Amino acid sequence: MRASRLLLVLLCLLPLVLRAAADPELDKRAANLAHELRCLVCQNQSLAESNAPLAVDLRNQIREQLAGGASEQQVIDFMVARYGDFVLYRPPFKATTIALWAGPFLLLALGIVILVRRIARRRAPEPPLSDAERARAAQLLE
Amino acid sequence: MSKAWVVGAFAALVLLLGVGLTLNPREVPSPLIGKPAPAFGLPLLHAPDKTFAQKEMLGKVWVLNVWASWCPPCLEEHPVITALANSKLVPVVGLNYKDARDDALSWLRRNGDPFAFSVFDANGRIGIDYGVYGVPETYVIDRHGVIRYKRIGPLTPEISRDKVQPLLKDLSRES
Repeated sequence: MRASRLLLVLLCLLPLVLRAAADPELDKRAANLAHELRCLVCQNQSLAESNAPLAVDLRNQIREQLAGGASEQQVIDFMVARYGDFVLYRPPFKATTIALWAGPFLLLALGIVILVRRIARRRAPEPPLSDAERARAAQLLE
Repeated sequence: MSKAWVVGAFAALVLLLGVGLTLNPREVPSPLIGKPAPAFGLPLLHAPDKTFAQKEMLGKVWVLNVWASWCPPCLEEHPVITALANSKLVPVVGLNYKDARDDALSWLRRNGDPFAFSVFDANGRIGIDYGVYGVPETYVIDRHGVIRYKRIGPLTPEISRDKVQPLLKDLSRES
């Protein structure tokens, strides 16, 4: 009697389990997030691409947390608290990353300044010859 | 633009990239330094019916070493951990990470067991809380339960002598 009641309860729970297992919306959110996070074992792959055991664990962790109602930001915060900003493929803009974010634009600006100055110099007309130079040129041409 | 200027800029670039090449990209600064060691309660490796919680160590300086029988660098590091444990500076606790209990126990029988005891993190969940990604990893935890140092990868005799042991002595002197 007891066993059959337990079975009944389990059967009632089955749809819930199956729905959690096959939720395309959740799969998509988990996959999107996994693409944003770096696998620390093979550092040039995202969690989505890597098959390292840790990446598998962390993908499960993402999915579990999202299924448990966590937001994307909460999952990202969870990862950053453990592995640091390095797990993010898009590092945050702060004091330690300022060179990273601003550096390329500074180099671009520097390049433009150098280019503009060079072009301006090339466009400037030759200064007219002085009388002494003119006389020397005439002497050389003779 | 003068030639010296171009040569100077090129030399600076070479220097920058050269320094970059000597850095180890695996040494990711841990955000856990200065933070309380994440809480856990795990079964002991030798006695599955007993558990150990990190808060039992409050008031003591201790070392947590993450190891596994499937990890060759752990074997390479083993003499260094053994020497550290034998120095009796502080207790060295093992965190057996994503291992099979039988494999772990026979690894300790074969190579010697330097740990005060090891806890058993079968699915690696506590490893995630500690930001473990390259076993072995070593943590120094102070009297207040705060992580003061983390080493990713094997502890070398030099690092143990020049960094870990002086830190352990300093922390032991602190009240």
